[in-house]
Amino acid sequence: MAETAIELAKVNKWFGDFHVLKDIDLSVKTGEKVVICGPSGSGKSTVVRCINKLEPHQSGTIHLYGRELTNHPKSVASIQGEVGMVFQQFNLFPHLSVLDNLTLGPMKARGLSRSEAEARAHHYLERVRIPDQAGKMPKQLSGGQQQRVAIARSLCMEPKVLLFDEPTSALDPEMISEVLDVMVELANEGMTMIVVTHEMGFARKVADQMVFMDHGEIVESAAPDAFFGSPQTARCRTFLSQILQH
Amino acid sequence: MTRNILLLSALLLLAGCGASGTWGWYVIDPSTPAGWTNIKFLISGMGSTIAISVIAATISIVLGLIVALPGQSGNRWLRLLNRIYVEFIRSIPLLPMLFWVFYGLPIIFRSMGLNIPIDPFWGAIITLAISDSAFTAEIYRSGIQSIARGQSEAAQTIGLNYRQTMRYVILPQAIRRILPPLANQFIYIVKMSAFASVIGMQELTRRANELVVTEYRPLEIYSLLIVEYLVLVLIISAGVRWLERKMGADERA
Repeated sequence: MAETAIELAKVNKWFGDFHVLKDIDLSVKTGEKVVICGPSGSGKSTVVRCINKLEPHQSGTIHLYGRELTNHPKSVASIQGEVGMVFQQFNLFPHLSVLDNLTLGPMKARGLSRSEAEARAHHYLERVRIPDQAGKMPKQLSGGQQQRVAIARSLCMEPKVLLFDEPTSALDPEMISEVLDVMVELANEGMTMIVVTHEMGFARKVADQMVFMDHGEIVESAAPDAFFGSPQTARCRTFLSQILQH
Repeated sequence: MTRNILLLSALLLLAGCGASGTWGWYVIDPSTPAGWTNIKFLISGMGSTIAISVIAATISIVLGLIVALPGQSGNRWLRLLNRIYVEFIRSIPLLPMLFWVFYGLPIIFRSMGLNIPIDPFWGAIITLAISDSAFTAEIYRSGIQSIARGQSEAAQTIGLNYRQTMRYVILPQAIRRILPPLANQFIYIVKMSAFASVIGMQELTRRANELVVTEYRPLEIYSLLIVEYLVLVLIISAGVRWLERKMGADERA
């Protein structure tokens, strides 16, 4: 039995009066791929943002490999780099070259030498299939290339878990597959992943666990076959029919 | 713009030459030995004006950052400290602050048993730098806040702490946006340095005042004084525009 990587128990969060997460329970084992879907505003992005402490949660517990993550700055600092994150808007550093984007974390947060960090950066650039763009500035790359650089930047920290927050939502349609291909490869290599996405084809291919959220609750959670084959709730059925009708 | 100013100056000059009694450009006529001596006397204040402005602006740029950073902190007491400093300092008019620093501060030093004299030069610099730092701090604040939140979040997820995030991610991007307004602030300092004349600093305005007392030709002498500041500011403006173009070019690359 694989070790539990992430465990959320009764996690609640409010933005002011707005109850954005309601008693979220979620357990992710090492090597497992969890895909979270749901209508916009359902709290799915907030879940992943709580896991890497970009957002504080107000009650409940979050454990990363048995270690509880609190909102205390020390706890927040302790997970830095262990939980990688790929953002919808890439968030590459526009003033740094692709190579410098990749080496910044390993050098400053992990204390690697420049040559070690650069070797690592070239290794991961190759894995996301853009080995020859290291010297360019982010703006000179297409959206799909930028997002793959962002994935490589996360990988350079050699994280235990990789979170994806709608990684293809800001991309032109023809660039979506090049990013998804990289993500499928990562999944096949055993990376522990939590992916917020509407790409149901990708979900069918890699997910071990599907999670459907609505109004801040986990409405349904099942293996992909059961999830797509026989959704249990009306809300989930409606959502799937809307998203799959094209 | 520049041509209109030249035209106006030329008209004033002509009027002065033609009229009898009311105008006296001879006082700063470079073709006469006395006029030339007067001009040299007036321009000799330029060095002090530039020195005060440059040193005060440099201190203000550093001090402004030191004041601005606590304002970006997650700690509300640090943020409060920043607000108090900015609101308090920028509410004090320059002249009263200059008097307070020049005449008042030495008394505080003496009561603490310290013998730190404050001469007009450093009195003016301290006052200008502190007064201006509240404004540069606000410029830094807007520059830092203009960098999207996603940048600091991305920095956090690759393990950078607050200091590293500021140094390697936020400030290098913010600096491109705040250089032009900081340079504008420098123009402001140059003009405000004229106040140093009232505590006896021998800069441009003080020289003009002294010459007016002996020659009693305020119109001609103060006209030249204005032109002196105009030249200084035009030079800085040209530098600012050059800087903006350079920054703009960087941004497009």
